[in-house]
Amino acid sequence: MHGLEFDIAHMLAGSLVLASFMMLYQDRLYALLNVYALHATVLALSVAWQAFVQHAPHLYVTAAIALIFKAIIIPVSLHRIIVRLGIHREIETAVGVGLTMIAGIGLVALSMVVMLRVTPGADALAREDLAFALSVVLLGLLIMVTRRNAVSQVVGFMSLENGLVLAATGAKGMPLVVEISVAFSVLIAFIVIGIFLFRIRERFDSVDIQALDRFRGERR
Amino acid sequence: MILVRDLIVQGAQMFLVLALAPLLTGVVRKLKAYLLRRQGPPLLQPYRDLLRLLRKEVVLAENASWLFRVIPYVIFAVTWVAAALVPTFGNGLLFSWSADLIAIIALLGSARFALALAGMDVGTAFGGIGSSREVMIASLAEPAILITVFAVAMIAGSTQLSTVAEFMGSSAVGLRVSLGLALFALVIVAIAENARIPVDNPATHLELTMVHEAMVLEYSGRHLALIDLSAELKLLLYISLIACMFLPWGTAEQGAGLAALAIGAIAYVLKLALCACLLAVFETSIAKMRVFRIPEFLGAALMLALLATLLRFVSGSL
Amino acid sequence: MIQAALEAVGVLLALAPAAIALSLHARGSAIVYGASLVVTALLSAIALVALLDPAHPVTAIVLPIGLPWLGAHFRIDALSAFFLVVVNFGGVAASLYALGYGRHEVAPGRVLPFYPAYLAAMNIVVLADDAFSFLVAWEFMSLTSWALVVSNHKDPENLRAGYVYLLMASFGTLVLLLAFGVLAGGTGAYDFAAIRAAHETRAVAGAVLLLALVGAGSKAGLVPLHAWLPLAHPAAPSHVSGLMSGVMTKVATYGFVRIVFDLLGAPEWWWSMVLLAIGGPTATLGVLYALMQRDIKRVLAYSTIENIGIIFTGLGLALAFKAEGSDFIAALAFTAALLHVLNHAVFKSLLFFGAGAVLTATGERDMEKLGGLIHRMPQTAFVMLIGCIAISALPPFNGFVSEWLTFQAILLSPHLPSWGLKLIVPAVGGLLALAAALAAACFVKAFGISFLGRPRTAEAAQANEVDGFSLAAMMLLAALCLIGGVLPGLLIDALAPVANAMVGNSMPHQSSVPWFTIVPIAESRSSYDGLLVFAFMLLSGSIASVAIHRLASDRVRRAPAWDCGFPDASPAIQYTASSFSQPIRRVFGTLVFGAREIGEMPPPGSAATARLTVVMHDLIWEGLYAPIAKIIGYATLRINVLQFLTIRRYLTLVFVALVLLLVVLSL
Repeated sequence: MHGLEFDIAHMLAGSLVLASFMMLYQDRLYALLNVYALHATVLALSVAWQAFVQHAPHLYVTAAIALIFKAIIIPVSLHRIIVRLGIHREIETAVGVGLTMIAGIGLVALSMVVMLRVTPGADALAREDLAFALSVVLLGLLIMVTRRNAVSQVVGFMSLENGLVLAATGAKGMPLVVEISVAFSVLIAFIVIGIFLFRIRERFDSVDIQALDRFRGERR
Repeated sequence: MILVRDLIVQGAQMFLVLALAPLLTGVVRKLKAYLLRRQGPPLLQPYRDLLRLLRKEVVLAENASWLFRVIPYVIFAVTWVAAALVPTFGNGLLFSWSADLIAIIALLGSARFALALAGMDVGTAFGGIGSSREVMIASLAEPAILITVFAVAMIAGSTQLSTVAEFMGSSAVGLRVSLGLALFALVIVAIAENARIPVDNPATHLELTMVHEAMVLEYSGRHLALIDLSAELKLLLYISLIACMFLPWGTAEQGAGLAALAIGAIAYVLKLALCACLLAVFETSIAKMRVFRIPEFLGAALMLALLATLLRFVSGSL
Repeated sequence: MIQAALEAVGVLLALAPAAIALSLHARGSAIVYGASLVVTALLSAIALVALLDPAHPVTAIVLPIGLPWLGAHFRIDALSAFFLVVVNFGGVAASLYALGYGRHEVAPGRVLPFYPAYLAAMNIVVLADDAFSFLVAWEFMSLTSWALVVSNHKDPENLRAGYVYLLMASFGTLVLLLAFGVLAGGTGAYDFAAIRAAHETRAVAGAVLLLALVGAGSKAGLVPLHAWLPLAHPAAPSHVSGLMSGVMTKVATYGFVRIVFDLLGAPEWWWSMVLLAIGGPTATLGVLYALMQRDIKRVLAYSTIENIGIIFTGLGLALAFKAEGSDFIAALAFTAALLHVLNHAVFKSLLFFGAGAVLTATGERDMEKLGGLIHRMPQTAFVMLIGCIAISALPPFNGFVSEWLTFQAILLSPHLPSWGLKLIVPAVGGLLALAAALAAACFVKAFGISFLGRPRTAEAAQANEVDGFSLAAMMLLAALCLIGGVLPGLLIDALAPVANAMVGNSMPHQSSVPWFTIVPIAESRSSYDGLLVFAFMLLSGSIASVAIHRLASDRVRRAPAWDCGFPDASPAIQYTASSFSQPIRRVFGTLVFGAREIGEMPPPGSAATARLTVVMHDLIWEGLYAPIAKIIGYATLRINVLQFLTIRRYLTLVFVALVLLLVVLSL
């Protein structure tokens, strides 16, 4: 069809989905952070490739933000927070790895079906990239839903946001203002969640959500 | 005349794989040793091991049956036939149409069936451990590789390995997501099937860490030589499979002349060397998994293969 | 042709009451089984002639028995000829086996009269050409097999198995009755020719499909209607178990194919989705259940469920392609399914006969009391090995060919237009691949624990080889396994007229391809040459063996096995069936069966034994059958009050009914 550009864009989008699956598979917190860094790097590459293909230089800035911020600064900071809090390094999953992976495949199938049926007239490259982006969003939600540790839920939320960025760049291109505001909201969420983590740590000595529920009076 | 020439080429492939298999294992061991800052055994050591074992007397357990004595020959015959059918230096050899990818995988399954039975024959606990773990690994690895084959066959439009190799070598194939996923899954399955770290340690004889070694614990002499040779052939087969599907450059076309075949042979040896290096680096940089982490590892391969197939079903360009 | 077949069936029916008298005679069982052997051999010859005749004649006859305005229609066409071959070939093998096995029967009077009747009933089901004869023969088949299941009535397990079987069989017949009733419609034309000519609405056709799936599927063993199969099949005597698993499930498949492919006309695309959605999970669940069992016959019964799942998946694919209009690929999928019907009949009968031989020799069905039988029963072990390899779908035997063809059909499925099919077919392909790998694991376990290793009990240590007739039957089936794997092109060509009749096209002519290769679609796409692969395997093995023995060493020395420093180990340290499947139970069983291992350790210092318990739940039984049974029990308890009313109350009931009817009339 469009040849090599098409294929490389697809490869990068597919690698992002693969990275999301790798995040589903991890059961140690440090490994999860490393995979998230990989996730953000692949996103940066994908956005940079879109900038090259679409001849939209402002997307290079987006790619740089993704690389520096999400691939380097945030994982390193989270790593430091985990060390300071001494958080239990195992991620307790709510459901077994096998079932989570099967659910992941189901979600990818769902997003494929939805995207390819809802947009019959659009450009093939854009449709399939959108389908991959929706898969990344849904897989990010799945990560949030199947983990008990608050830090891993934050990582899931951020991978969801990566999927949104992929969708936005893949579809048409995005003004830089929107990207900065998105980055700021992530930053603010990060700070807020960090404050909460410190507070929770002081009061309850753990960030395990199940422990929280016990204190709130909810039985699981 | 053409028939005689084709027969010679096919025969050359059969003997080439047999001759190169121990060398490949020797290269991997040597590279692993260098990475660990050791000298390691000489490159030709596996040949010497095989010759030594072949000349030794077989020590059979008292209650080993006729099946125990026949199985090494069965495993060797089946693995050799399968290895001879995978294109190495040239596509479209004389008998390449007699078994396609699915049949090659099933032939390896027969070899595994036989080996698992051998583990149970003598009636000790070691063989049972090996066989039960081996069938657990196989119950996930075999579907993973079958579904990978589905994905690749749907892209190439055929399950015949020569056709697949030619298609992959042509410009009709692009960089496809499903091919990338299939490669990932195939590599994971190849590691599991060949009893490499992180699935099994090929260098240990401790029963708590071994799968393949536990099944062949009672074998000695020429039987053990045949089983070792079959394991080496299997590694060569999987690397040839990955090479012919994902590194198709340099392979001679069907019915090509001597020069093209020679180039193909050199290219093949280079590909083997490259994959041996990658394998050695990978094995040295990762630790062996605990046994019940292996199903999750293989399950990931199965899911990737399923995803690749699903993408093929859903869209022609993926 | 049809007259000859019906006369032969008549002989079988006449044999049944004669067997009552013969069972008291010393050689009675030999006479009954010998006569059955001859008659079924004759019937299979007739059926083979009908199938292979290039003119493809269709012979039909109407007998003046049964319903007066309908008569009894019988017909041999391509489909019924093929299934007649399967049924009667199974009958030949079972009768030959029973000539030896039947000598050990404790109460021959309970088995002998029903055996020829059972064979006759199955034949009549396949020959029937109207709904009434079909259903009567179907019910007769169920009843005779029920009698055979409870023939060993001393064991309460068998009685329970018979009870569940009778319930499920009656349920299946009821649903089939509804299906035929809906098909016949308002005209009440029950003969198949009239039904074929009539055109139903799409909604009616869909309803008939679902009813046929439930009715015939419950007899074939589709999940979740399978619960009777692992209870009933092992309970019957072994030659009957082989017939029930290998042949009766195929008769049920015939019923389904006849209704859906022949009588219903053009299919809808969603029909195939239902079949695929049931066939795939049936295959995987069947083999997972089989892996958890200790009883050999129960393993084989669950494995039957797995293979039926594979067959119905092939049929589902055939329906999908037929609905879409690619009848060439539909023929591929259909031929794959029918080839698996034949292959499964052959190797499942072989395996059940082997299990029967083990039962005769040792008196045990529990694998954990066997072991080392390869030394005591070498011929049985050899043919059982062939059966195990064949059922695991490994080359060079026949099981591999039908699996290969099914996979080729799956690989052509991306052309299907429907989105639902695009998502379900790869999932089903994955499930089928998983089922194949798990089946190999299951039969490594079954063969390895029973035949290899050391004997775990005295009975196993003193087993003796069984008699010549049983061995002859098993060797015949084993030879067929090899021939089916090495010369599959002949079988595919024999199935061509059936595919032509049912889906409108057939696979390319295989006998014209050189070197006995099979080419399902095109040479460049895929091909398989079983003969060449087998020849290469033999050649390489022989070369290696001869070369090594000549040039290297051929000395052997016997020594004790490696015991890691603990001599005189008892056979109890070997792996048991449960321990062999423990890794798989842990990987798959925690999800599918809720399998948990509970270890009770005694406190430190106590010398009491520790206890390891494995808890598994049959989720389908607990989720579906038990609640239904409870509801029915509750309802019947309430209704039971009606048995104990006073006369005044009964009169009130009659009065109220009369008043109600008058009210309805007045409306």
